[in-house]
Amino acid sequence: MSPVLAGVLQLLALIAALALAYIPLGTYMAKVYSSDRHWRVEKWIYKGIGADPDTQMRWPAYLRGVLAFSAVGVLFLYALQRLQGVLPGSLGFSSIDPDQAFNTAVSFVTNTNWQSYYGEQAMGHVVQTAGLAVQNFVSAAVGIAVAVALVRGFARSRSGELGNFWADLVRGVVRILLPLAAVAAVVLVACGAIQNFSGIHEVGQFMGGSQQWNGGAVASQEAIKELGTNGGGYFNANSAHPFENPTPFSNLFEIFLILVIPFALTRTFGLMVGSVKQGYAILATMGTIWVGFVALMMWTEFAHHGPAFDLAGGAYEGKEVRFGVGASSIFATSTTLTSTGAVDSFHSSFTGLGGGITMLGMMLGEIAPGGTGSGLYGMLIMAIIAVFIAGLMVGRTPEYLGKKISTREIKLAACYILITPALVLIFTAFAMALPTPANSMTNSGAHGFSEILYAYTSASNNNGSAFAGLNADTQWFNTTLGLCMLLGRFLPMVFVLALAGSLAEQQPVPATAGTLRTEKPLFTGLLVGAILIITGLTYFPALALGPLAEGLAS
Amino acid sequence: MTTDVKKQDSMSTPTLAPHQDAPTGHKAPEGRVGAGLFDPKQLVKSLPDAFRKLDPRVMVKSPVMFVVLVGSVLTTVFSFKDPGDWFGWTISVWLWLTVIFANLAEAVAEGRGKAQADTLRKAKTDTVARRLRGNGSEEQVPGTDLKIGDLVVCEAGDVIPGDGDVVEGVASVDESAITGESAPVIRESGGDRSAVTGGTKVLSDRIVVKITTKPGETFIDRMINLVEGAARQKTPNEIALNILLASLTIVFLLAVATLPPFADYAGTHLTMVVLVALLVCLIPTTIGALLSAIGIAGMDRLVQRNVLAMSGRAVEAAGDVSTLLLDKTGTITLGNRQAAEFVPVSGTTEAEVADAAQLSSLADETPEGRSVVVLAKEKYGLRERHQGELVAAEWITFTAQTRMSGVDVDGRKVRKGAAGSVIAWVEERGGQVADDADTIANRISEAGGTPLLVAVEDADGARVLGVIHLKDVVKEGMRERFEELRRMGIKTVMITGDNPLTAKAIAEEAGVDDFLAEATPEDKMALIKREQAGGKLVAMTGDGTNDAPALAQADVGVAMNTGTSAAKEAGNMVDLDSNPTKLIEIVEIGKQLLITRGALTTFSIANDVAKYFAIIPALFAAVYPGLDKLNIMGLSSPDSAILSAVVFNALIIVALVPLSLKGVQYRPVSADRLLRRNLTVYGLGGLVAPFIGIKLIDLLISLIPGL
Repeated sequence: MSPVLAGVLQLLALIAALALAYIPLGTYMAKVYSSDRHWRVEKWIYKGIGADPDTQMRWPAYLRGVLAFSAVGVLFLYALQRLQGVLPGSLGFSSIDPDQAFNTAVSFVTNTNWQSYYGEQAMGHVVQTAGLAVQNFVSAAVGIAVAVALVRGFARSRSGELGNFWADLVRGVVRILLPLAAVAAVVLVACGAIQNFSGIHEVGQFMGGSQQWNGGAVASQEAIKELGTNGGGYFNANSAHPFENPTPFSNLFEIFLILVIPFALTRTFGLMVGSVKQGYAILATMGTIWVGFVALMMWTEFAHHGPAFDLAGGAYEGKEVRFGVGASSIFATSTTLTSTGAVDSFHSSFTGLGGGITMLGMMLGEIAPGGTGSGLYGMLIMAIIAVFIAGLMVGRTPEYLGKKISTREIKLAACYILITPALVLIFTAFAMALPTPANSMTNSGAHGFSEILYAYTSASNNNGSAFAGLNADTQWFNTTLGLCMLLGRFLPMVFVLALAGSLAEQQPVPATAGTLRTEKPLFTGLLVGAILIITGLTYFPALALGPLAEGLAS
Repeated sequence: MTTDVKKQDSMSTPTLAPHQDAPTGHKAPEGRVGAGLFDPKQLVKSLPDAFRKLDPRVMVKSPVMFVVLVGSVLTTVFSFKDPGDWFGWTISVWLWLTVIFANLAEAVAEGRGKAQADTLRKAKTDTVARRLRGNGSEEQVPGTDLKIGDLVVCEAGDVIPGDGDVVEGVASVDESAITGESAPVIRESGGDRSAVTGGTKVLSDRIVVKITTKPGETFIDRMINLVEGAARQKTPNEIALNILLASLTIVFLLAVATLPPFADYAGTHLTMVVLVALLVCLIPTTIGALLSAIGIAGMDRLVQRNVLAMSGRAVEAAGDVSTLLLDKTGTITLGNRQAAEFVPVSGTTEAEVADAAQLSSLADETPEGRSVVVLAKEKYGLRERHQGELVAAEWITFTAQTRMSGVDVDGRKVRKGAAGSVIAWVEERGGQVADDADTIANRISEAGGTPLLVAVEDADGARVLGVIHLKDVVKEGMRERFEELRRMGIKTVMITGDNPLTAKAIAEEAGVDDFLAEATPEDKMALIKREQAGGKLVAMTGDGTNDAPALAQADVGVAMNTGTSAAKEAGNMVDLDSNPTKLIEIVEIGKQLLITRGALTTFSIANDVAKYFAIIPALFAAVYPGLDKLNIMGLSSPDSAILSAVVFNALIIVALVPLSLKGVQYRPVSADRLLRRNLTVYGLGGLVAPFIGIKLIDLLISLIPGL
């Protein structure tokens, strides 16, 4: 079987699996967030944290919940790392430096999972399991909660109430992420991923010499790493490491885990706003971009010519032979179009254009299908922008899902779309203009610039993957990337929740023949176009000087 | 009682209402908006205004164009520092032109209103008012000194000094200064025709007017402000669009401002001139330049149709309307009932009735009377006889008192008229009223028609011959109009004072979606509130004082100019032609305004793609030769590429001025079809057009020797 055919078949298998999971999971999640019954274990948790899960929150209260919970998460994780040296079960690793501890704490709480450390050489069992893995669950649940709040904003009228943050958070973890992650971990163990609390082993190397390998609760962390679109690997090699991702099947399964919740959330959205078709339209938009990017990536990676490439049958540099070019392309595209950032191959080693595709995927705002929750709310914001322009073209003041998009709504949506480009471009510009940051580059020329552009794109969009090569463990990068992650996560949430509140207060406008039909393919096409053009225009100059300059050079 | 009820009853009150139904010369081609005139000469005429608008305090209101202004100043300053740089100078000139073209668009749009304002000002000459003192004597005061509640006397030849209501007398008034319609109108105390407007002229008789508006705030003052655009405030949707444009501008500002360090790293230095050129090309200048012109032109299109919108907000709301309340009479049906058939009583023939009906109607000049003559001619081939043909005939003309018309000729007396009058006439002459005459008349009434009896007195004595069936006639083309509205997603509700049976018959004939029969003002109000509670926007027309609350409640309330001042005060638009059918056009103009904004925004954003393909290779192909592959237009040189993009960017504004003034063509079709069409024309067109345009300009520039 040719490698191209293998890649295409894997893609088709993946699509089939996602299609099978779509309706049950999407419907189940809609029930989870619409139910008014509490599980017993949830009641214990509410009692423990002193929250009343039945009070309805307006947007400021919901936002306070999100911010307070996340602030506590950052402080806890920071303290845990700083105290690692004195904690038991740390495999003898010392405490983490302040700037790196800040960066890592922010990184995991913001669902970014940018890693400026080497997992197997810095983090012991306690930090990995009690700190990082816990945030893998709750940061994903926070993302879904905010998305659900926005969906409620569309679904509800004249109330301004968005639900209860604590209930949404706890349910997301208890009813969705924990059970799914448990099943997924068992599957991964069955594939050969490790799951133990063993110490450091000295292993003889194939070519002579020796190497230190440590064990850990890898499969369980791997499951939520993908499922919660987190991406922080137990090991530095991330999903390229055989302990994390042993076989081609586990590889495909991990891609499935990355995509399953973000895609299924569109059904949850459709059900909650009372029109499954609207959910399909958003799904179609996400799906079109995702398939398009995967196809483009496979094309650049397979079709890149040169003696070495032709001999190997594709651009194999930085890719695992056990996965192949096709599966690596699917993984790389999926991880950057979601906020995952896990990697099974090294994006900096992709062809110039392939590296550009990973960057553009993140620059779209990670909305196709995007992170758990963040993908849906990001896409809905773009839908609002597209509706605003297209709605005018049908001769009515714009409305989406029966809600008017007027001054306040467009103001909040405009603020949302400004944040990440501002963070990416301004910080990249400073890094390029200042004398020291550029010292972190491993490469010169366009590729060197790509390393830095990629780092800020990844951090600001809460992706977490890296263009390997950049030495990011410096005070400058730890601090600025930490800020990018923090602002890139929580400022958009502020605007999303404010928007949700504003929508929930409105009275719905009934649809007529004169209303823009947002569930039709025409609108999907328009939305795809608007997303590509608006993002493309924002980043075109930067991309031209990085991946385009490199990719078009030959 | 609502006004329409009164109008229907015109057999009893044949007062003349010259404006009521007559369409005036201002009407656009049926069912279509978009006919606005654009004269290239206006561009030249408005040039001084365009320069005047360069004032930064004015420019700052449009964030996009303000950025271009700042950019123009910057490039000019840098060009002064390097006077030998022809490229910098050329770019500067074109950037200034971009700003001026934008101002020109606005100035042209405003200029069209100015002419109208000048005409109005002429009407607003300082008048001397004859104010009544408490004791009944008069005093002469300047019109500007009048206070609300003052009583003034106006006689033939006087210009009415201010807005008010007639409290005494009746007069014919020339309102051509405002409406452009030369036929005089009747204004009388009490009722719904009591409002008079300052600046109009009394032609006959004497009236006493109670002033209702302060000088300076009169209707004519407001009109002047409106058409000049002085009172123009940004509408909600315009503000929202401005926010989106401003945020896009910020995005591109970021993209351009962060470029120098990237370029320095790549090994090339970008000059300020180049950076400004790139920025101006990227920010949405096309829509930014034309946005306010589009808004002004939208209001102006209404003015062209003799509709005054008191706020731009109302025009926007018109585009969103999903329920139209239409008065039956004058809007859906012709103002007057028309003869539909002749029904004979037993013992007579239809032809006999027709002949007698025609004969007796010759002296009836009311529309109903004319319709009898016409029907007899069309249906029974009876030639219309002229009054002079019949010698020694004694004509009895129709009056409101007798409610009968007829003729006495050759010893034969023929009469036609309201049932009661004719029956009285027959019985007076010892005649017998056939039993079936009553039955037929009742049947016609029940079906929603009006029966008129035809009687004769000759050698056989006085008797009823038959009945004329008068019925409401639905205006031609209304069914199609309502069909279009339905496709646009707009529900039509017919409002009538008729009983439900009649209303249903006419509603079905006209094809409206719903009707409100025996409507009282309270019913109307309740209907509006019910629709609004469901999130719908409601538009209606009205003219009576009792319409005022409903007009105020409706999202778009169009008051007829013939109506009371209370109605005009309550509505947010006034139709000077007093043609209620215009509501449909108003909705179309509202939609067209929004579509034009959306289409040009899409066009503007789509344009950027080509500009990148022109400028990015020009800037960086020297250091990264691979980027020259992006120069798909094959532009001749880097300087020419940048300049072509800037020139295209400026010229496209001028090219689109006519479109922004006329508005994008609007057809009443479903949202889906509209979107598909506009996306193809302005989305795809916007992507492709600049590739062609920039290439052509580049070809021209490369012809210039020495470059």
